[in-house]
Amino acid sequence: MPILSLTIWLPILAGLAIIALSGSAAKYTALGVAVLTFLISLSLWFGFDTTTADMQFRESVAWLPAFDVNYALGVDGISMPLIVLTTLINIIVVISAWEVIKDRVGMYLGAFQIMTGLMVGVFSALDAILFYIFFEATLLPMFLIIGIWGGPKRVYATIKFFLYTFLGSVFMLVALIYLYRVGGSFSILGMHMLELGAREQFWIFLAFFAAFAVKIPMWPVHTWLPDAHVEAPTAGSAVLAAIMLKMGGYGFLRFSLPIVPDASGELGGFMIAISLVAVVYIGFVALAQQDMKKLIAYSSISHMGFVTLGTFIAFMLIGKGDIDGVALGIEGAMMQMVSHGFISAAMFLCVGVIYDRMHTREIADYGGVMNVMPKFGAFMVFFAMANAGLPGTSGFVGEFMVILASFRANFWLAFLGAMTLILGAAYTLWMVKRVLFGDVANDNVAALTDVTSREFWMLASLAFFVLLLGLWPDLLANVMHASVENLVQHISIAKY
Amino acid sequence: MNNFAIALPEIFMLVAACIVLVASLFVHENNRTTIYWASQATLVVTLILSFGQIGNEASTAFQGAYGLDAMSSVLKSWILLVAIGGFLYSRDYINERDIARGEYYVLGLFGVSGMMIMVSAVHMLTLYLGLELLALSLYAMVALNRSNSDASEAAMKYFVLGALASGMLLYGMSMIYGATGSLSLTTIHEILAGDSANSFGARFGLTFVIVGIAFKLGAVPFHMWVPDVYDGAPTSVALFIGTAPKIAAFAMIIRLLVDGLETLSVDWQLMLAILAALSMIVGNLLAIAQTNIKRMLAYSTISHVGFLLLGIISATPEGYSASMFYAITYAFTTLAAFGVLLALSRGGYEAVNLNDLSGLAKRNVLLAVVMMVAMVSLAGVPPMVGFYAKLVVLKAAVSADFIWLAIIGVAMSVIGAFYYLRIIKLMFFDEPLLPDTTAPSVDVSAGLAVNGAAVVVLGIFPGLIMAACVAAFA
Repeated sequence: MPILSLTIWLPILAGLAIIALSGSAAKYTALGVAVLTFLISLSLWFGFDTTTADMQFRESVAWLPAFDVNYALGVDGISMPLIVLTTLINIIVVISAWEVIKDRVGMYLGAFQIMTGLMVGVFSALDAILFYIFFEATLLPMFLIIGIWGGPKRVYATIKFFLYTFLGSVFMLVALIYLYRVGGSFSILGMHMLELGAREQFWIFLAFFAAFAVKIPMWPVHTWLPDAHVEAPTAGSAVLAAIMLKMGGYGFLRFSLPIVPDASGELGGFMIAISLVAVVYIGFVALAQQDMKKLIAYSSISHMGFVTLGTFIAFMLIGKGDIDGVALGIEGAMMQMVSHGFISAAMFLCVGVIYDRMHTREIADYGGVMNVMPKFGAFMVFFAMANAGLPGTSGFVGEFMVILASFRANFWLAFLGAMTLILGAAYTLWMVKRVLFGDVANDNVAALTDVTSREFWMLASLAFFVLLLGLWPDLLANVMHASVENLVQHISIAKY
Repeated sequence: MNNFAIALPEIFMLVAACIVLVASLFVHENNRTTIYWASQATLVVTLILSFGQIGNEASTAFQGAYGLDAMSSVLKSWILLVAIGGFLYSRDYINERDIARGEYYVLGLFGVSGMMIMVSAVHMLTLYLGLELLALSLYAMVALNRSNSDASEAAMKYFVLGALASGMLLYGMSMIYGATGSLSLTTIHEILAGDSANSFGARFGLTFVIVGIAFKLGAVPFHMWVPDVYDGAPTSVALFIGTAPKIAAFAMIIRLLVDGLETLSVDWQLMLAILAALSMIVGNLLAIAQTNIKRMLAYSTISHVGFLLLGIISATPEGYSASMFYAITYAFTTLAAFGVLLALSRGGYEAVNLNDLSGLAKRNVLLAVVMMVAMVSLAGVPPMVGFYAKLVVLKAAVSADFIWLAIIGVAMSVIGAFYYLRIIKLMFFDEPLLPDTTAPSVDVSAGLAVNGAAVVVLGIFPGLIMAACVAAFA
């Protein structure tokens, strides 16, 4: 059975149908589709062979024979966890919209289903054009989601989001076409094997960098993210942070590293430098935010800095001949991506819970929420701790692995990276302190009601996964080992 | 030996157009739909005839003046299909505005005949005849709304500049004739291939031919007439000018530059590259500044002409098929966009300004979705067909080492995305400013729905058209 195709096309086709529905019919159909998609994607997890780095669940159909474009799908240990994460977050998204979205709910949920299918497509495409199509096609549903259901400055935010990411990715398209010209194929695995000279690699790296650095996003091309996050509806922010940013990190691992390893190595120092700027400088920026969503958005950028740090520290370690350290860094980056998927989604949903009641995201409007919403307060404290990297939560594992890998490369890099443990704790816990603790700030806060059972289970399920990965990281690491080893072998051999 | 059969669609079309012309004199003003249906029937029968010719062996007739090959029957079928859509969308618009006299349809039919002749011409005289038949019909159509001074001005401008362009083209052709002693494009090709030393005159002529082509296409810096004509002409005529003639113009370029002057490709590649780069840059940048939809679409056309040229510039069969794909998909995507504008320009309204689209999603979801699909496709965002069109021409340009041109192209397409997104923003994010217009009639809605669906479905399965485009240059 073509499991990957099913995971892609079921939500897309169902999403188109859901757009035509309204009210509870739309909600129940969307929930059913989301659960079904998740169950189908679980068969990827359980049917996955962790001993091999080869692509699994492969499908390939000639799509445009005249131009050698194939509909080729397949997953390895790097992409498969992200697919399961995508389908899982999708269920949470549907639940989060249940009573909140009143205007055109069918369109809203339909757009999210379509987006889920497209994002699964991004992670499973083995043909560069297919990848590009999925990568770009996700822009349109998100553009509409922010533009129609977003906040007051939604138009500015959504057009900025679209143009920023579009600008980044068109250069990647030229690079992909160029690679086709060199190798005669759009197969991503074929591109990995291409012999490329230094000059070619340099330009191709920059083209990929334009696409993925904007997407993930790295400092200094991150400015679209706070705007988009603040204006997007809750579920939009959650999907943006949990999944869409990962498309950038995934792109580095799937394209930049294996296709242009030498240029990645040469520019590795630059990449590490701007990653550290993201970790440290953006951490300080987060500290200064007055708006909860903006704070979490900056925290996302800072955490994504860890992903790129873990990815590109690899080349310093290769220089030292420390192959184990390379794997540690890349696995740490992967861990961080999955973990951040859960934690950032949870944080945005937490903000959504109180935003739905108070219709403000300003930290100053809150205070003493714990007194009236104890269950909610418990969740928020837990997720805040996870965001700050408390041991025992998934947030700790990835950061710790990346810091360890950095230590093997250079003490000062690790020192700067480890600043996040202080800064992350500072901005998250300070926000929690101002929102949750203290006396009840005003009458609006006093009138708050605690989480409904829908909200409780939504947050509880995310908390479960945060703990699960925190206490049993091998669950995820086992899946990735073989593929990461393979990637490390591949990038440690120069192409010219 | 004359092989009239290959010109059967054109012969039928001209005869039927004459019958419609005469019949329209006897049909009462209140009974205009008869003429409409007669014209549509003519187009449909011609479509069937030329569709039947797809796959026929290549042959020529009329002493080598007229040819049928894999490219011509496919392009003719698309021209006819787009014209059928154009007539359908225009009907209610022109009925309301008292330009729906018989001449409108007859001129339209003559214009379509002109395009078909251009597509099939393998001789410079035939080509010129087809071009002028098309151009004269269009001049008259622009001016049909006699009482409107904008329309008259547009028609005047179009006529004068069009005549100038035709003059350039003829001058270039005469130079090429002087250099080679033949008007037949195949003979010219043979002569130039055999004796390259003597090609100076042909090269001189080539420059003028390119100027003529650039005028007709509306490529920068020969684009000045495009916005004024789109703006001044009735929207239904702007639709007519903006869609099918691009397919015919593509055919004209192939006939002249590839069938005739391919040996001079080194010369015309660079000229076209400059035209393409300027068109993409100027078209996209100026489109941003427009508040009038028709002018915006005019500048958007200019930028798409630049993209269309990218494929031809590569001077490879792969590139020609890419441009052919671009021309076809561009024509039916723009058709959908104009169709929506025409559907909105009824009941005393004229959709002219961008704000007229405000809140369209709340007024009429179908129109808003079709317009969105068209805009996204023109912006070149997957999964719409416009993405594939851009992909194949960019691929052709990169393969031919025009990477700088490809980079200009993608950078400009991001700028282009801005003004297309602005339309989506107006339709979906803003509140309606105009009251509800009555829903378009059932056949128009159905036509728009099919047209919009085609843009999406062909984007997912581009192979359906691509196969024909590749076969045309195999």
